[in-house]
Amino acid sequence: MKEKEYEKLFSGFKGIEDDILAIFLRVQKKDGYISEEAIRRVSRFLKISENRLYGVATFYPKFRFTKPGRNTVKVCMGTACHVHGGQSLSDAVGWQLGISLGQTTDDGHFDFQRVTCLGCCTLAPVVQINDDIHDRVLVTGLKETLKQYE
Amino acid sequence: MNSFEKRRQEAQKKWDALQNSRVPVIYVGSATCGLAAGAAGVLKAVEQTLKRNRLKAKVVPVGCIGPCYLEPLMDITMPGEPRISYANVTPEKAQKIVESLLIEGKPLADLAVGHFGDNGSDLTTGIPKFFDMPMLKPQVRVVLRNAGYIDPDDIDHYLANDGYAGLVKAFKMGPEAVIEEIKEAGLRGRGGAGFPAFKKWEICRGAPGEQKYMVCNSSEGDPGAFMNRSLIESDPHSVLEGLLTAAFAIGASFGYIYINTDYRLAVARLRKAVTQMKEVGLLGKNILGSGFDFEIKIKEGAGAFVCGEETAQIACIEGRRGMPKARPPFPAISGIHGKPTIINNVETLGTIPNILRNGAAWYTQYGIEGNRGTKTFSLVGKVKRGGLIEVPLGVKLRTIIYDIGGGSWKKFKGVQTGGPSGGCLSEEHLDIPVEYESMNAAGSIMGSGGLIVMDEDTCAVDLALYFLRFTQKESCGKCSPCRVGTWHMVTILERIVSGQSQSGDLTKLQTLAETVQHASLCGLGQTAPNPVLTTLRYFRSEYLEHVNEKHCRAGVCKELIDYEIDPQKCNGCQLCVDVCPTDAISGAKAELHELDLSRCIRCKACYEVCRYNPLAGNAIVIKTRRSA
Repeated sequence: MKEKEYEKLFSGFKGIEDDILAIFLRVQKKDGYISEEAIRRVSRFLKISENRLYGVATFYPKFRFTKPGRNTVKVCMGTACHVHGGQSLSDAVGWQLGISLGQTTDDGHFDFQRVTCLGCCTLAPVVQINDDIHDRVLVTGLKETLKQYE
Repeated sequence: MNSFEKRRQEAQKKWDALQNSRVPVIYVGSATCGLAAGAAGVLKAVEQTLKRNRLKAKVVPVGCIGPCYLEPLMDITMPGEPRISYANVTPEKAQKIVESLLIEGKPLADLAVGHFGDNGSDLTTGIPKFFDMPMLKPQVRVVLRNAGYIDPDDIDHYLANDGYAGLVKAFKMGPEAVIEEIKEAGLRGRGGAGFPAFKKWEICRGAPGEQKYMVCNSSEGDPGAFMNRSLIESDPHSVLEGLLTAAFAIGASFGYIYINTDYRLAVARLRKAVTQMKEVGLLGKNILGSGFDFEIKIKEGAGAFVCGEETAQIACIEGRRGMPKARPPFPAISGIHGKPTIINNVETLGTIPNILRNGAAWYTQYGIEGNRGTKTFSLVGKVKRGGLIEVPLGVKLRTIIYDIGGGSWKKFKGVQTGGPSGGCLSEEHLDIPVEYESMNAAGSIMGSGGLIVMDEDTCAVDLALYFLRFTQKESCGKCSPCRVGTWHMVTILERIVSGQSQSGDLTKLQTLAETVQHASLCGLGQTAPNPVLTTLRYFRSEYLEHVNEKHCRAGVCKELIDYEIDPQKCNGCQLCVDVCPTDAISGAKAELHELDLSRCIRCKACYEVCRYNPLAGNAIVIKTRRSA
């Protein structure tokens, strides 16, 4: 983000500690992740140390600190998905993309995440790619599903 | 007449016009479950079909009516006829139904699942009543009364259905009488612990301090639970009305809604609902002339299961790491920024307007002594009819799993209640009543309402490990029993599922579990061992098989099973070669295939295609230690 964009982003906030999460959520929505630069800017705006901010942000699983890929593959690890083979699905996604959980492919095309629960448990197992929910994804159909995004 | 009553009358007119519409009305279930199943495509197809055929109809997106396994659901009301519901609708099917019903007047009874009217209409011949469906018949709809009926984005729909009537009544009664009413209704917190709702309120009302806070807890971090999210998505104003009523009762002038940022649709619907409340004068100063002031702020959380715990949630709202605090002082005395704070669960709040509107006596007709009212559950896992359900407290688990859910496809093994904090109950518990005390006595908890059904293909040890990995990962790290204890429990369980268990592992696991349960600071740690303790108790034979024989009867634990290709049966169809995600299978067309076990991740994909594809030879064998 550029200087101006940060200013615009901060303008809606009073600059109190209560807003830390809301600010980081806005930053991540814009950049896709929380960069070191963002931590520095937020620190100056809130007058709270970078260490402290980093401590808060890393506590919450939603925040990421590396640049995401162009397509984000999120495998749901909810209980319903687990009993329907979610673990195998997650392993298979990693193999297919050739990366481990949390990593981005070398060409920056895919990154691979897990989510706690997407809340559509009757459709398990579920994989979310970008904004699309793929329901009842079996490993048998995984290659086809991923191909749609290549 | 004041402007609010005027608005309500206008809303009523608008609603009546929709109910007696001269053009057909098409409703599409558009909660998370519906959208994930493809409701957006259905909506688009409906609109295109209307446009192409120059048909006039109203299209109304509604919330979740419950049977999520039938999503996407589309209902159509023809003028003067009852609403007819169609299930598992695809865009093609939607076009067919709309054209048939709107042009030819034929309802396509074989595609319909139910109608909402009384019998006697020609159009509904051959279609059963919607609420006579086996999944819906044993249910009672109190909290979910509007879910799937009204447009959640339109406050007028809520107002026309007695919306905010409970609040108006509360203003007339006064705060003390409201608390008394909730006491008489016997409402207990629906977040899991079941603490009497009025007691918390009473303490907070009596607590000194000008500024008090009222918080709606929509954290719902349990994997496999979506009751609260669905309620907000389907009827946000019912929760907001409850929030206002509770705030009025305790004397709070500011409210927070804590909700996970990942629940995008629920957050969006809440934001819209709050804006609408402002428009009709339900927020701000001197609301409806009652002298009560109230403002709401939506606080988006960034994950973290522990933030469902009250004190951790307060830390998160204050912009800190979401770590719990030792209690007392309880939040009702010292909460957000040290001020008296009440945190109530979404469902608790959603129940309150119903109690006030209809009276405590009406509410106590549901449920049993000490456990009054209804409870919503998300019924999922290995169950035929999964979805969002609501039942009176005290019904048997059997009613929920078999009558409502239709049982499992394969042999039923057990049910996990209360998510990661709950326990795994077996077949012998099917006849215990679903209420707070019985669930606790069985070693589980009622929890917020996740019910995950397991069948013979689910390994009890693997499930216990799954939950423990979850709580271990979500442990905030503040107290060592939880931080270190859950880690060691995971290590022991990992040894057991990989066939490396050492002597005394089960005893160690049991002792450790009890220590973590007793010594942890907050609810997360105290309940984290429940899945392990209950599986050790009710599924001990499975643990013993893993430990002594290195055998997993469900064929789930990857280190304890092997895959093999039966050379007699393999016809070289290459289907398994194509689906294998790790390229562990090789072989030319029509030649015997070979499996490289070192690359195999035991994902079952080859087994599935080989077994169910008619071109394949059913040659893949999964070998457990016993079959080997």
